[in-house]
Amino acid sequence: MNLAAAHPGFLSPTGVEIVFVLVGVVTLAAAVITVTTRKLVHAALWLVVALGGIAVEYLLLTAEFIAWVQVLIYVGSVVVLLLFGLMLTRAPIGDSPDADSGNRPVALAVALASAATLVTVVVDAFRTYWIDLDASVQGSTAVTGESLFRHWVLPFEALSVLLLAALVGAIVLSRKDGPRAAGPGPVRDPDATGPAAPAAPDQPDTDTGPGSGTDAEGRR
Amino acid sequence: MHLAYPAVLAVLLFSVGVYGVLARRNVILVLMSVELMLNAVNLNLVAFDVWLRDTLHTGQALTLFVIAVAAAEIGIGLAIVLMVYRDRGTSDVDRLRDLREDRAGAVTEAAVTGAAVAAGPGTASGGTPHPHTSEREQGNSAGRQTA
Repeated sequence: MNLAAAHPGFLSPTGVEIVFVLVGVVTLAAAVITVTTRKLVHAALWLVVALGGIAVEYLLLTAEFIAWVQVLIYVGSVVVLLLFGLMLTRAPIGDSPDADSGNRPVALAVALASAATLVTVVVDAFRTYWIDLDASVQGSTAVTGESLFRHWVLPFEALSVLLLAALVGAIVLSRKDGPRAAGPGPVRDPDATGPAAPAAPDQPDTDTGPGSGTDAEGRR
Repeated sequence: MHLAYPAVLAVLLFSVGVYGVLARRNVILVLMSVELMLNAVNLNLVAFDVWLRDTLHTGQALTLFVIAVAAAEIGIGLAIVLMVYRDRGTSDVDRLRDLREDRAGAVTEAAVTGAAVAAGPGTASGGTPHPHTSEREQGNSAGRQTA
């Protein structure tokens, strides 16, 4: 408890803390809207706000490189991938009333219980600790790159192999005919007539939706 | 800055992600909630790395790794979702229940017919697989109607 006296209290916040709390409120609100809205595309767009808010929090924590990586990868590519996924699975633009499943009260109870428990534990554990943001730069590109390529080279290269495996796996999974269909003609006829073909007559653009994109991807 | 601010924000974001994973029905919305949970963990990692002044910067390196793994995960996950959508005509988690156990009555009924088959080698050899296939076809037709 005597450590608490050595640190500034919660009643006199610094400017960084005020900005952090404000951006945190915006981030949290965007996250809540993401998981509760009934418009699927709006959920993806609010996710952009939440992830961008987290990038600003990284900047406030002086982790500059992580912040730009967050903007590049999450806001730039993951959300675009999610939007493409929504588009290819024919998500409705307007309200979709069945966006939430039936176990919503249970989910709310679990989330509130975990939030209450974790907030209690975390506040009790860390309320007396203070992050010194002014001492030295912790997350500039030079510092992060030096530690990454001096101490973490082997995991970094393993990560590149993982990304390559994920790339190949995604291409293999999203090919339309699968690996056995190298021969001429539609090999998967008996299988494909069950799920995919009956949807074609009443929806003429079925084959131009998910089929064309994945077909082009498979031919690449 | 107090360490409690980023820690509490990370906890709240994680809880929001937990709610989304449990309450959402569309697979892509579930993936978005998973991304929220991963970002909460990343925020914790960065905050503790800055707080501890780690000379190896383990927290930031691990954050970069988590971001890359999350990108790989979202790519593979969306490929699987698209494949499921092409096969089933739906991307709802609730409708993908081919591997679930049947109700207790159906299970006991299957056990009884299995016992009957075992007791007397009679006629009903293909009796038990039938309910499964018919149920799967019903699920497919329901998915196609909504698609």
